Amino acid sequence: MNATISFDSVLHVVLALVGVAVFVGLNGLLLVYAERKVAGFIQRRPGPYEVGPQGILQAVADALKLIGKQLVRPDRADPLLFWMAPVLAFFPVLLLFLPLPFSPLLTGWDVNLGLLLILAFAGFNVLALLLAGWGSNNKYGLLGAARAVAQSVAYEIPLLLAVLAIAFQEGTLSLSSIVATQGSMPWQWNIAVQPLAFLIFLISALGETNRAPFDLPEAESELTAGFHTEYSGMGFGMFFLAEYANMIVACSVCTVLFLGGWKGPFLDGAWWFLAKVYALLLAMMWFRWTFPRVRFDQLLNLNWRWLLPLGVLNLLATAFVMKL
Amino acid sequence: MHSADTLRSRPTSCPAASADGGCADDQIAGDGYTCRFERGARPESLILNMGPQHPSTHGVLRVLLELDGEYIVRAEPVLGYLHRMHEKMAEVKNPAQFMPNMGRVDYLHALAWNWAYVGAVEKLAGIEIPERAEYLRVITCELNRISSHLLWWGAYLLDLGAFTPIMYAFDDREMLLDLLQLMTGSRLTYSSFRFGGVYTDASPAFVQGVRQFVPHLRSRLPMYTALVTENIILRRRIEEVGVIPPDMVTRYGASGPVARGSGIAYDVRRAEPYSVYDRFDYEIPTRAEQCSMARYMVRMAEIEQSLRIIEQAIDSLPEGEHMHPKAPKPSFKLPAGESYFAVEGARGKIGVWIASDGGKTPYRVKLRAPGFSNLALFAECARGTLLADAVAILGSLDMVIPEIDR
Amino acid sequence: MASIFRTIADLWSLVVGLAITGKEFCRPGVTVHYPRAEVTPESAASFRGPIELIGLDKEPAKPRCIACMLCVSACPSGCIAVTRAPAPKPTPEELKAIAEAEARGEKPKRPAPPKAPGTWTYDFSLCSLCGSCVEVCPVDSIGFSNDIYMVGTKREDFVFDQLARLARKAAARKAEPKPAAKPAPSAAPEAAPAPAASPSETGAATPASEA
Repeated sequence: MNATISFDSVLHVVLALVGVAVFVGLNGLLLVYAERKVAGFIQRRPGPYEVGPQGILQAVADALKLIGKQLVRPDRADPLLFWMAPVLAFFPVLLLFLPLPFSPLLTGWDVNLGLLLILAFAGFNVLALLLAGWGSNNKYGLLGAARAVAQSVAYEIPLLLAVLAIAFQEGTLSLSSIVATQGSMPWQWNIAVQPLAFLIFLISALGETNRAPFDLPEAESELTAGFHTEYSGMGFGMFFLAEYANMIVACSVCTVLFLGGWKGPFLDGAWWFLAKVYALLLAMMWFRWTFPRVRFDQLLNLNWRWLLPLGVLNLLATAFVMKL
Repeated sequence: MHSADTLRSRPTSCPAASADGGCADDQIAGDGYTCRFERGARPESLILNMGPQHPSTHGVLRVLLELDGEYIVRAEPVLGYLHRMHEKMAEVKNPAQFMPNMGRVDYLHALAWNWAYVGAVEKLAGIEIPERAEYLRVITCELNRISSHLLWWGAYLLDLGAFTPIMYAFDDREMLLDLLQLMTGSRLTYSSFRFGGVYTDASPAFVQGVRQFVPHLRSRLPMYTALVTENIILRRRIEEVGVIPPDMVTRYGASGPVARGSGIAYDVRRAEPYSVYDRFDYEIPTRAEQCSMARYMVRMAEIEQSLRIIEQAIDSLPEGEHMHPKAPKPSFKLPAGESYFAVEGARGKIGVWIASDGGKTPYRVKLRAPGFSNLALFAECARGTLLADAVAILGSLDMVIPEIDR
Repeated sequence: MASIFRTIADLWSLVVGLAITGKEFCRPGVTVHYPRAEVTPESAASFRGPIELIGLDKEPAKPRCIACMLCVSACPSGCIAVTRAPAPKPTPEELKAIAEAEARGEKPKRPAPPKAPGTWTYDFSLCSLCGSCVEVCPVDSIGFSNDIYMVGTKREDFVFDQLARLARKAAARKAEPKPAAKPAPSAAPEAAPAPAASPSETGAATPASEA
């Protein structure tokens, strides 16, 4: 980490945070729209269509509706925990965007422990879900919170193992250096060397971000809405935004680690980064609208019996090769 | 939070009773059902009200669950939220006037209920039916069975967290409903069978539409299989889940795909043949696995068998009248006596028993709803399973709550 | 070893699923965007919508109905209310004849009421479209409309004065040069000005276009 923290760098970080907040907000709207359109097209229907041309303002209308709705706290819910949870779910996510290298020049905070920072702050999400489920004094919420904790804790380990394999290989935890060591052509990306780590990372990312088919903390057909059953208005909106922000972070990290970050054929730059991130996001949506939900014990079995051993093996193999 | 404050200041007469959550105290309070649902020996268990408003109880079924973590210690379905007194209504209306009710008992397989009631009245009053009408009944009833199974298929996958299949099923179901609309004039709550025939004759458009629909749906079924049936997540979710041994089936009187999924080849169309079903070549699909997947496979196979029946029936559709010339006027009086008529519905054996004292209206009508018996075994079947399995089992029983409550 | 192959086959099923949804993604939608597009008139034609009166062949604004009340008693839910048309007012000559007859102590010969309905009210909110009334009607005066786009904002919108509705439909059909050539099955004919409908009538048919 830089030894001296100058005024400039602080200003840079503050500006970056503001930029990230705008980026996350806009992206949230965009992704909600994209998700509903993808769902629509997969299901042979138009998706949002009425608000604005091709329904592009639908997400804005939904956001306005959420903002306008009354915030209701259930009787006998814990007020502190109940209101802290959505805030805690959303704001730490903004920090996760800081070390992400969108392009060589467009990096909020090029810190040499960026990977660690992201993994550390991603842990906040679990706490938020736990508080939400626990604090809302609802049995479905409680069950959802219990699921969220078990799932997030379990899936953090293979995620870490996959990330470690790359860190071993590259010898750095700085995201921009990891990108810098990869080439522009797809076969020069880390995915060519570490396909197994990529798969493990992708599956664990689905688990970490509670996306279908691993959306068990919400599991609407079982737990109505899981941990956010009792939230209305922007309380729910914050969880919603946080989910999409988390997805972007997970896909961004995946892009940086495995897909060459901002590098690509013809012309390197932020557009390659964004294109890859959105391709991954679309893939996540595609999964959601194709697969049924797994059961909770199966989810954990998949993790402990497959991803974890494979991750360890992959890490050992990487270490072995690196030693040679 | 103004609203929250007002909520807070509200006097709570029953401290432990709040909607679904909020029951952290030792004693269970609330409505009569919850009070009687006594907590078991485990002090740490959780009483959870699943329903009457819950995404996977398909309507207003309420299941009281005692949970140990996510394992179900005890489950108890609570019925009656959709009771509409159909049996009582039958006592105050003449048979023809009661017909529209039959489209609303089980809205997914309305024509089977139409048939059961019409059959019972025809048996009691000795009304004859022209052969063409019998064939039309078979065709429309089987089409209706397919539409019911398609909807079940989509809804079951919704329960299991897959959102897309129901839309594909609806795409095909729409064509089916268009066909049924040609015959019956409505798309869901059919009231189309009449004492002594059917309401409308089959138009050439209907016959042609059915001929086109059968190969169309056949060509879609492999897609259903590849997308869903062979999907490993689905298989892991429902294979060996909700095992119903044959003796449980007989103890609770379950029927339909629930019984056939447990290896009991009981189908009213074969066991007590009615109408012209004995003229067609079809199989009664059964599975030995007894699990949710077995019931799933039975229903998917039944779609194919129904297509076979429809194909044969439409090819051998005789010419003639669709109403018997001696069919009674709607205001006819039932002769004194009683009769029972059973048909095979999409959910199992549908039975209608009519007792008449010769008056204008029947003295008593009893409707045997298959869903009621099928749901009854849920309490025993769900014990010891996970909450997610309970959803999978409930879905595999294919409940239609209006039919269960009547 | 076999289990590894099975695992691979299992995972392959996921890829197959993705391929199917991916293929469907690229295909055009199948839904009908209702306000901009409507289902074909043929598919609406067989729909049994709210019942309507059928006019005489020669005089389409007048129903065939003979006010026999069979439909009223056949209806399972009591949604039809029909009253007979009142007897025409006796002319002065007839009045004189009646008075004379009464003076003689005979039964006066009053003019007989016409075999036609005076009012014909139908509450669609109670109707279950079973078709009992259509079946019992001895003069085929009742039929199903195929109006599938009916909307209303209050209960009274679904209580129809069928005589007025018939008159309006007949007037609209008359106004059109070629009734059979109408392409869309919308409720447009009913939206046309209805000279025959009395201004004081309440609870007339209120199709979407009229509301």
